[in-house]
Amino acid sequence: MAARDLHGIGAPWGDRSPGDPENRAFEVIGKPHRKVDGLAKATGRAQYTDDLVLPGMLHAKTLRSPHAHARIVAIDTTRAQALPGVHAVITGRDLPIQYGVIPWTQDENALAVDKVRFVGDAVAAVAAVDEDTANAALKLIRVEYEPLHAFLDPEESLARSEPRIHDDSKTGNVSKHVRLDFGDVETALASADVVLEGDYVFHGTTHAAIEPHCALAQWSAEGLLTVWSSTQITHYVQRALAKVLELPIHKIRVIQPALGGAFGGKSDPFSLEFCVAKLAMLTGRPVKMLYTREEVFYCHRGRHPMQLHYRTGASKDGKIAAVDAKILIDGGAYSSFGLVTTYYAGQLLTGPYHFPNYRFDSTRVFTNKPPCGPKRGHGSVQPRFAFEVQLDELAERIALDPIELRRRNFQGDFTRTVNGQRITSNGFLACLDEVERASGWRARRGKLGFGRGLGVAGSMSISGTNYPVYPNKMPQAGIQLAAERSGRVTVFTGGNDIGQGSNSVVAYVVAEELGMDVADVRVVAADTDLVPVDLGAYSSRVTFMVGNATIDAARKLRASIVLAIAKEWQVDAARVRMANGRVFDTESTERSITTAEAFQIAEAHCDTLGSTGSYNTPTLGGDYRGGTIGASPAYSFTAHVVEASVDVETGRITCHAVWIAHDCGRALNPMLVAGQMEGSAYMGIAEALLEEHGVNRFGLHAGPSLLDYRIPTSVDTPELAALIVESLDPEGPYGAKEAGEGPLHPSLPALSNAIFDAVGVRLRELPFTPAKVLRALAEKDARSAPVARGRA
Amino acid sequence: MLRLPNFEVRTPERLDEAVALLAELGEGARVIAGGTDLVPNMKHELFTPRVLVSLARLPELRGIGDAGPGWLRIGAMTSLADVAADARVEQHAPALAQAAGLVAGPQLRTMGTLGGNVLLDTRCQWYNQTYFWREALGFCLKKDGTLCHVVEGGSKCVAAASNDTAPALMTVRAELVFAGPDGRRVTPIDDLWIADGIANKKCGRDEILVEVRLPHSGSGHRGAYGKLRDRGSIDFPLLGVAVKLELNTEDAVADADVVLTALQARPVRIKRASELLRGVRIGTEAFLAAARGVAEQAHKQAHPMPNIPGDADWRRAMVPVYVRRTLEAAATRAGPVHAV
Repeated sequence: MAARDLHGIGAPWGDRSPGDPENRAFEVIGKPHRKVDGLAKATGRAQYTDDLVLPGMLHAKTLRSPHAHARIVAIDTTRAQALPGVHAVITGRDLPIQYGVIPWTQDENALAVDKVRFVGDAVAAVAAVDEDTANAALKLIRVEYEPLHAFLDPEESLARSEPRIHDDSKTGNVSKHVRLDFGDVETALASADVVLEGDYVFHGTTHAAIEPHCALAQWSAEGLLTVWSSTQITHYVQRALAKVLELPIHKIRVIQPALGGAFGGKSDPFSLEFCVAKLAMLTGRPVKMLYTREEVFYCHRGRHPMQLHYRTGASKDGKIAAVDAKILIDGGAYSSFGLVTTYYAGQLLTGPYHFPNYRFDSTRVFTNKPPCGPKRGHGSVQPRFAFEVQLDELAERIALDPIELRRRNFQGDFTRTVNGQRITSNGFLACLDEVERASGWRARRGKLGFGRGLGVAGSMSISGTNYPVYPNKMPQAGIQLAAERSGRVTVFTGGNDIGQGSNSVVAYVVAEELGMDVADVRVVAADTDLVPVDLGAYSSRVTFMVGNATIDAARKLRASIVLAIAKEWQVDAARVRMANGRVFDTESTERSITTAEAFQIAEAHCDTLGSTGSYNTPTLGGDYRGGTIGASPAYSFTAHVVEASVDVETGRITCHAVWIAHDCGRALNPMLVAGQMEGSAYMGIAEALLEEHGVNRFGLHAGPSLLDYRIPTSVDTPELAALIVESLDPEGPYGAKEAGEGPLHPSLPALSNAIFDAVGVRLRELPFTPAKVLRALAEKDARSAPVARGRA
Repeated sequence: MLRLPNFEVRTPERLDEAVALLAELGEGARVIAGGTDLVPNMKHELFTPRVLVSLARLPELRGIGDAGPGWLRIGAMTSLADVAADARVEQHAPALAQAAGLVAGPQLRTMGTLGGNVLLDTRCQWYNQTYFWREALGFCLKKDGTLCHVVEGGSKCVAAASNDTAPALMTVRAELVFAGPDGRRVTPIDDLWIADGIANKKCGRDEILVEVRLPHSGSGHRGAYGKLRDRGSIDFPLLGVAVKLELNTEDAVADADVVLTALQARPVRIKRASELLRGVRIGTEAFLAAARGVAEQAHKQAHPMPNIPGDADWRRAMVPVYVRRTLEAAATRAGPVHAV
């Protein structure tokens, strides 16, 4: 199934209508099965990239720039090369070809060529017999720099185009500018009963995945390159390696071993993958590089700092008339996914509410800081924060319950957004109902006494996008199945399981379709030599797209097995059923064989048993430049209620509970869905209260360690209540949509709104440090003091 | 992962042997107790000893027991977890038990020792960083450089004393027993400190802290510790407040002491605390008023600088709040004062 038609309702792999007898009760889907790699991970048996050791393996280290912005005048590696135990030293001259995940903005080099752009930019790499020798060699490399003016403030990058951070940029220090106008915003604002206007700030955070980036490369005698990498996008790494190393792509094999978290932070090709490959090719020996925690902070690609200005016009009964956004995005030193970020910052706001008129103007600039990129809820968490706080301000202004305000503006299901996105199933109202009920909203909001409050927020998120990162007409996801006479089925998938459970999902789908035990399904994943192409684990596309491709393949395999058995039994194929590890005749149920026996019969009839399947998104998106960016085959919807209290003496916020209602279409495994929902809310609250990816006045990372970059511990984590809402999407696998990113978005604004309910101050700037809370409380007191005195 | 520099470990089995080793090895040697602070500092190349002299096999440095009439001894190698859980420590120095229980997180308290926490190196955001980071900065006054980045143009290091247990020990007038080449030396913990962030303790490189001694307390003893930090675990203090109250039979304050840490290079004793609280009965409005008086005095005395991460103005604003709350907690035996 690869055609890019408009699938819509009744997609060939979609679930049938409720009345259809084929719509049987599920055996596997919807049940809380263990993850296929759960035991291996829990018992320490899972092999991560750094666990791999090859004979003769060398260890590599990276020399990094101590300057935020400088020209490289000269590099002398002779002393490093002469150090006993050193096998190779490379610099930017050895890897001059640029790469970047977005084909139109390839501005990165594996090692700096002529220029460094942030403290921590990679300059040279050494392969040696061990890590200590490699580190000693780094200290022997002499680099002469000519420091340049460092841009640390995005406003300055906007105002000043010289010196240019990227010499060949045609837009000065602007990385991307997007302005899109839908409807007539100015007229609508002019005639609106109420107009809210405000500035909001998102500070910048990083992923802090527990596994640091690691890569291992091997160059074979036949000229084949194998790279094991802690990546979430094997396919793009393979393409980038081919480009930079000038190798045919089929000579490169990329394998993703078990992964210790990614959250978007492993979606770009990274310097270390090119360096280990090049060093392996030069030395003929396997080469491994493991980043230190500090280096992971320099890799970054975390959530962009944004300065957001919003104007929202509404009628006095709370109906949104127009939204106008102006956003300045601090991109850091490189483009990364920045082109997409700049679009997403505007494109993904147009639900779950109906916007009759909408405009956004977003500008991403380069600065001399670690490059930003995609983090869970890429590009849309920051605008969502700003807008949902502004909605709460609107509710306050017109004295309407904030949940009721959101209900009144609900866009509906099976509709189209103002910017041309197709909305299919939409369970947002049910999400609002769930959080309202579970939090005791009606009885408790505004009634918890001064210092404690409830806040609500909603959001929308994508289940993959219809546009691949590089334009092509091939499927976005492919699957191969091999059924073997022992009764075992192996699934070959390019999907990257980064902990979200995608390998488990493909196993559940196959087990469901073939009526087998999940334990009899093996999954071979993310090894480009063995599996069909999948575009990788980003934008919440894997369960949706790989899930659909797996259904496609499994139904084909089932059809061929059923046909073979029907022939063998000389009955109509409609009578042959696969369920509970057996194949039986529905009209004569004593005729029943095991799955393995069925596979043997089918193999005898049909040849080696297998099938392929694929998924491609329908043609989607608005008919304008950039209209496909943010166009998703299905959108998920979320509502949160947060309960928080404020210690007005210290300014410290305690987040007590988050009720998370998320419309994931169908929960293929409710336990994994709930885990994603809880993890998302945890991360959102962390970003709101504690985490800050800062750069100090010298251009140095403010604290590149897990001591100074404060992620919440278990004792800092609120009670998290996952309330799954299932809207059964016609496009998704069995009706499923995403669950891994959407449930993060409302955490931050819902917390700000809860603080307003608690103590009457609006927190518009993240993170909500105690110092900021105290300042806001003092400002509120200063405002109300004259009135109070007047009354007295 | 950051690599440790190469070093050798010696594990003497007698204290005099350990002392002799330190004297013999000189500058190139350092003592390792629990290692929870030393090891990361070595990874950051803040210390690059050739030899670590481990105290792990010196039994006389372990355990909690009597040290003659009226005194409790805590071996320097006693883990912070054991100090926090000990009923005698809880009885005679509740502020110490609370402080020890709030150092770092559970795993680190199992490895980390009381001696190690007392002798903890001062901390600063410009210092507790990797060699690469510090080199990119151009280093700092405390290590390898000549400039202070906390106080620009400053000539004196202002790295912050960050040991939770030190102020608690100061409030109970603890004594430290050191073993050195010239034998044993007993010093009141008050006399240990120097207001210098580079090395804030009067303690010889060849001396080993053997034990901490605490005077027994009477039934009127009250103590509490307040710790300000961003998270409910792991973090070093942004402010630490130790309080002691000695109550008479009427539940009125006979003596009081308040010591703060994590502000500047050494722990700071709040002046006039005893004077302001003396004679006031706990649980009364007068006590709350007196506690506010001590809090105001603390605010006057405390001038945190942007030495450790966090907003220095907010840390200063928290001084009176935490002093008052910790005094109240001591009076009602409700310590520690700690969010989460």
